[in-house]
Amino acid sequence: MEQLNHMPTPLMDIPRSYCPGCTHGIIHRLVAEVIEEMDLLQKAIIVLPVGCSTLAVDYFAFDSVQSAHGRAPAVATGVKRALPDRFVMTYQGDGDLASIGAAEMVHAATRGELITTIFVNNGIYGMTGGQMAPTSLMGWKTETSPYGRTAQANGYPIRVSEMLAQLNGPAYIARTDVVSVPGINKTKAAIKKAFTAQIKGLGYSIVEILSTCPTNWGMTPVDALKRVKEETMKYYPLGEFKVAEGL
Amino acid sequence: MGEKLLMKGAEAIGEAAIRAGCRHFFGYPITPQNEAPAYMARRLPEVNGTFLQAESEVAAINMLYGCAAAGKRVITTSSSPGISLMQEGLSYIAGSELPVVVMNVVRGGPGLGDIAPAQGDYFQAVKGGGHGDYHLIVLAPSTVQESIDLMQLAFDLADKYRNPVMMLSDGLLGQMMEAVEFPGFVDIEKLPKKPWAADSMQGKRSRNLVNSFDLLPEGLEVMNKKMWAKYADVEKNEVKFEEVETADAEYIFVAYGTVARIIKTVIKDLRSKGHKVGLIRPITLYPFPKKQLLALAENPRVKFFLDIELSFGQMIEDVKLSTEFKKPVHFYGRQGGMLPEPNEISEVMLKLMKEAK
Ligand SMILES: Cc1ncc(C[n+]2csc(CCOP(=O)(O)OP(=O)(O)O)c2C)c(N)n1
Ligand code: SF4
Repeated sequence: MEQLNHMPTPLMDIPRSYCPGCTHGIIHRLVAEVIEEMDLLQKAIIVLPVGCSTLAVDYFAFDSVQSAHGRAPAVATGVKRALPDRFVMTYQGDGDLASIGAAEMVHAATRGELITTIFVNNGIYGMTGGQMAPTSLMGWKTETSPYGRTAQANGYPIRVSEMLAQLNGPAYIARTDVVSVPGINKTKAAIKKAFTAQIKGLGYSIVEILSTCPTNWGMTPVDALKRVKEETMKYYPLGEFKVAEGL
Repeated sequence: MGEKLLMKGAEAIGEAAIRAGCRHFFGYPITPQNEAPAYMARRLPEVNGTFLQAESEVAAINMLYGCAAAGKRVITTSSSPGISLMQEGLSYIAGSELPVVVMNVVRGGPGLGDIAPAQGDYFQAVKGGGHGDYHLIVLAPSTVQESIDLMQLAFDLADKYRNPVMMLSDGLLGQMMEAVEFPGFVDIEKLPKKPWAADSMQGKRSRNLVNSFDLLPEGLEVMNKKMWAKYADVEKNEVKFEEVETADAEYIFVAYGTVARIIKTVIKDLRSKGHKVGLIRPITLYPFPKKQLLALAENPRVKFFLDIELSFGQMIEDVKLSTEFKKPVHFYGRQGGMLPEPNEISEVMLKLMKEAK
């Protein structure tokens, strides 16, 4: 039998430890495919976060730096300033990026740091067992909002892409999803554009990807996909929020 | 070699780092060390280096982490509250075995404290202020010239042991103007290679991983043991200290940094009056000169030690442990950024000598 679909070279060909139905795996694959297609493998350095995707220390087959919770954009800044001709990216969850690492994210973006962020927004803290994230939607029941998120107690979910779009530093900002085939294809196209923004030296780039966490949402993988379509996308509209000239 | 310049301590640090082959500085403003980043901001572009003012000390230390992971010599300078914010980063840097140099121009604390010279950060620096089982290598200069002289060593030790090195300075050393002499420039091309760096594969090797994480306890224990084997070497090979008039001394001061400088004046004064006093000054606070202190404690001639610090006594714990309680270890300190006068210290010593007789 002929194998039609090969593991892209930038990914290690080993089993992943993510939960069944978790979208981290799909996103890893898209990142790897684009790195391969753009021939970035030999000059790529990825900075990994603290979150479920810390597990990716075993998954990417190119230079990787594991960083402290939320600090990936600062670490990536250090890498890029040391080696300006390399391709440098961060991979971060929503707790990592939008909560504890909000300052590092905003400042890397406003400096127009020539790095790319893959921002996996699943609206919850996966790694630590399902606590509320700054991106959790109103009413969502989590371990730390057992009666549902309320404006009074918790304020409102952060729309990171829209917020960053106010800044001059970013060259490319898009929000996509990985809950349908067209969504996956659009995500891949956005990742390509974001990487191109860095290669062309246009500025900071970020792709916010609406994702699932079936385990901590307490849902089947299929219901989790449905939730993204029916709830998440309503609060977090898809689209490109910034596209620099020359992209 | 041989250039004599009049320079402020904090600026001298910057030039010394550049001459030691460092071309990257990330930091956040805080008194009393603002002259160091200002100097680097002016000077680094002249040598094709990078200066970046970070959004916080948290970000700055993580920029150091990235820069060191990419294989470059890198430094930050800060002062006590800023160094507190860097502790998580330092723990990650130690855990990932990365070489960085951090200068703490210590000021009065706790909290916002003041901007005067102090030594209240000894525990944080020497006992490991961040989480987990690790050490910083800690160097404590006592003059501006020595800050310069130790800078090259700081970078070399960081690279050799792949471990963060802290220079523990203080507000006085940072602000003091001194005539200083600089060494020549290190040839960056000739520095030892860093085959472990995550500087991208470049078609030459399989991937490198910079990491302090292992979910499996048996794996992490291996990582921890590897680090501690390194610390055994550090303790064996890298102890540095200065002894002043200890050959016949009966009463021995123990002090580091700025205080040790004051003690040297005290010793001259007391010696001129016929008192056999000496000083042992640790230059490396970690590794601590344990053996040398023990040897003095075991010498029947030595009556006691007098530890002087700009705190309520932190290093004194290491002095007591090192001397194994074989001789009394007394303490005198000033706090809040106050400096003791030489005659104030002389009086304390004379009183203790009288009581010991
Ligand atoms: C300083 C610090 N605080 C807290 C934690 C615990 N922690 C680990 S992962 C995580 C949240 C991760 O959530 P997210 O970034 O959304 O990623 P996910 O796991 O959902 O992919 C937290 C709070 C930590 N490791 N370090
Ligand atoms: S906990 Fe959630 S985010 Fe983490 S691997 Fe499982 S499904 Fe994915």
